Amino acid sequence: MALYDCPLSVSGFARATSPPLRGREEPEIAMTTFTPSTAAEVLSTVAWAAAEESPLEILGHGSKRGIGRPLQTEHTLDLSKLSGVTLYEPAELVLSAKAGTPLAEIEKLLAENGQQLAFEPLDYGPLLGGEKGKGTIGGVLASNLSGPRRLKAGAARDHILGIAAVSGRGEAFKSGGRVVKNVTGYDLSKLMANSWGTLAVFTDVTFKVLPAAETEVTLTLRGLLDDHAAAAMALALGSSAEVSSAAHLPERVAGRVAGGSLGSAAATLLRVEGFGPSVAYRITALKDLLRNAGPLEEISGDISHSVWRDIRDCAPFVDGLAKPVWRVSMAPAQGHQMVLALRMQAAVDAFYDWQGGLIWLRMEHGDPEADLLRGLVRQHGGGHATLVRAAPSHRAALPVFEPQAPQLAALAARLKAEFDPKNILNPGRMASAASSVTLGPATEGGAS
Amino acid sequence: MSGLLMPKPDDATMRRRDEIVADMRMIVPGEGVVDAANSMRAFESDGLTAYRQLPLVVVLPETVAQVSRVLKYCNDRNIRVVPRGSGTSLSGGALPLEDAVLLVMSRFNRILEIDFPNRIVVAQPGVTNLGITTAVEQEGFYYAPDPSSQIACSIGGNVAENSGGVHCLKYGLTANNVLGIEMVLMNGEVVRLGGKHLDAEGYDLLGVMTGSEGLLGVVTEVTVRILKKPETARALLIGFPTSEQGGQCVADIIGAGIIPGGMEMMDRPAIHAAEDFVHAGYPLDVEALLIVELDGPGVEVDHLIGLVEAIAYRNGSTTCRISQSEQERLSFWAGRKAAFPAVGRISPDYYCMDGTIPRKELPRVLAGMRELSEKYGLGVANVFHAGDGNLHPLILYDANMPGELDKAESFGADILRLCVKVGGVLTGEHGVGVEKRDLMPEMFNQIDLDQQMRVKCAFDPNHLLNPGKVFPQLRRCAELGRMHVHRGQMAFPDIPRF
Repeated sequence: MALYDCPLSVSGFARATSPPLRGREEPEIAMTTFTPSTAAEVLSTVAWAAAEESPLEILGHGSKRGIGRPLQTEHTLDLSKLSGVTLYEPAELVLSAKAGTPLAEIEKLLAENGQQLAFEPLDYGPLLGGEKGKGTIGGVLASNLSGPRRLKAGAARDHILGIAAVSGRGEAFKSGGRVVKNVTGYDLSKLMANSWGTLAVFTDVTFKVLPAAETEVTLTLRGLLDDHAAAAMALALGSSAEVSSAAHLPERVAGRVAGGSLGSAAATLLRVEGFGPSVAYRITALKDLLRNAGPLEEISGDISHSVWRDIRDCAPFVDGLAKPVWRVSMAPAQGHQMVLALRMQAAVDAFYDWQGGLIWLRMEHGDPEADLLRGLVRQHGGGHATLVRAAPSHRAALPVFEPQAPQLAALAARLKAEFDPKNILNPGRMASAASSVTLGPATEGGAS
Repeated sequence: MSGLLMPKPDDATMRRRDEIVADMRMIVPGEGVVDAANSMRAFESDGLTAYRQLPLVVVLPETVAQVSRVLKYCNDRNIRVVPRGSGTSLSGGALPLEDAVLLVMSRFNRILEIDFPNRIVVAQPGVTNLGITTAVEQEGFYYAPDPSSQIACSIGGNVAENSGGVHCLKYGLTANNVLGIEMVLMNGEVVRLGGKHLDAEGYDLLGVMTGSEGLLGVVTEVTVRILKKPETARALLIGFPTSEQGGQCVADIIGAGIIPGGMEMMDRPAIHAAEDFVHAGYPLDVEALLIVELDGPGVEVDHLIGLVEAIAYRNGSTTCRISQSEQERLSFWAGRKAAFPAVGRISPDYYCMDGTIPRKELPRVLAGMRELSEKYGLGVANVFHAGDGNLHPLILYDANMPGELDKAESFGADILRLCVKVGGVLTGEHGVGVEKRDLMPEMFNQIDLDQQMRVKCAFDPNHLLNPGKVFPQLRRCAELGRMHVHRGQMAFPDIPRF
């Protein structure tokens, strides 16, 4: 595992060998890690890899490395040194950063200015057995992160304004800009959201930022069963109280957030944010609306913050890596019906965010039950299920991302072939969602 | 047409017109095929009326199967297709081509489902934007994006253009409010993206489709999210001696953590034109007039009005009125909403531009526009979505004066170049279409444009769907597919082979 004499390192471009990936089942392979610190160096590396047809694993901090089909790449492109906020204008509500900038650094800077990434990106670290507080801003976009405020504020894809990136062809390009309102050309920034590093490597990203709420209060209904909780959340979200988040923690789950401070009874949580007088008024309105739904409690301050952070990060299921965890997105009113049907056939632990439309599931017996779950999701109006935590053997054998209808899968494969014809960027990571093998007719001429 | 180059009509298609019309009648029976020149006249233009062209034939399908068969037929025979919704595009997105089937989606005019527990409406693409709100407002709900053409524009067209409106700073654009679509690809395949759930399972193709200007697929169904109407809305009407002070006031409002439901600015020519037209009671001795609308619970609105009033005062406002009734709030808006026709009264013609700039650059851009106005000898009035930096300069000209349209277009192009120069973009909400197509290189280099065209190639490799729009130059997909990096020619030829 000797260091190669690479001309790139002459220009301060670090390369190093590294130990093989945790969880890798193949025999150990010597891996070279490229650690560029400029966009030009990223371009050089990808252009080289494209010419060599040598696949790269694209990495920020590796906090989400356990999601997707395990990769078998010889080389790694580590973007953690491509770091730094390059533009932040609070009055313009805009922030640009190099792709490897730590999310934590950006969130700290925004908080100092009373602002935030309103989409509340979740931290997968602890759920996947890693540290908390890791992750880069590029990774936030690549996996289209969001959190409990997704209902009202959207996901990363709704806040990205522009990107600079290098495609799998080794071409540096930009899309979008730094202004909120922009319909100039196709929105490639959104195309790259949730592409998990399979289309292009980001070098710079520009996000819309928003004021952080002055006050946050959470109204909690206690002791509701899933179906009553769904009805209560629909009632609250259908009111003008501007509920920003709505979650339901069934009895076995409620005790596992915020250090147990909620107690163990089922908790249906409605978050209201904004200016003090407005929050007080809207909480009163909600209490009136839900006066017959069950016992009501109010929480605020640090406890409210930590409850929502734990829901965001799926803290109730942070318990080692043995049991598979699913993240399912469905129509909110149908979520609990699907879970009820699933409970008849499998041992699962479940809780709900997004008014019931986001379901976190932990499979208690170790089998992901992918076909059973996905079949039930289809029967209950459709959506998608992502196997976010599973043993590498399961991730290699099962589609981690929801399989797509044939025409859509073919379209995604054609896009992959357009942007990465040599299949060098995270090959196979999204497997069935963007097949790496089916090349459509549009890719003719792709070979050099 | 003033110097607009469109794709050369395909002779083989033109020669086979009668056969194509007959085949279209087989696919879409009844009144759904229009081929007489005088009947097609209604479709020769969209909202960008400077450009007109009769299509090969107009087809108005009624079912998804018909759309699929029309597209597959055309794809197999290399016939171009231009999709059209209500034809309100301000950038020529629905401008017909001489050799293309004009596929008009107006018969897809039904609301398919209203789902209050999930706060969702499923509609066919020809339903108007306002039609969605109308369908749910008895329950107190509405659809948030509100382009000013909302009474006429279709939801399918909104998806194609990623339409905005005055409320989009707070409530988002079309892209942030659409959850799913069904569409037909040029090869006839029917594809569904999203649905009643959030986010995509793979690549965010819904995000790409939104704002793709009818070049990627034909939308046949749209699922949108609806919101509960805010309890109240009140507005402030604030005048400033300079545009700098008005601009700083906007920055300070946002800096204070306030995101108004709407925030609009007008310059002196626009204020005067509007006041002369609707007598809204606008002050005439100010350089910039700001309308700030706050919506939500009454207690919140009252609280924020106090904060905004203080910010305005600190920034040297010379007048500040606060609406005391719904009638007064609407009167503040009356002038702004009538700004375009008001300008139409002081000039025989006007040309509406649509750049977006970083807000802080407003004084610089307004000064630049004054210089350009003198250079071209044409007047300009400005209305500005101040919250999000979207500028609508209205260039005043007379189409009957030889050369004035060309001059107005050159003036407009210079304004957009200025927008890009200060860090902005060519179009905030009206789309590229044919209007700004040739300005795309001001913002993107060839490699940037190539990536966009690669998306096109994945959807429609033969460039048959709405060609001549958006892209300044059509490049064959096969050519584009070639790798630019070849062995032996790369940047680091001596890099070790692993």
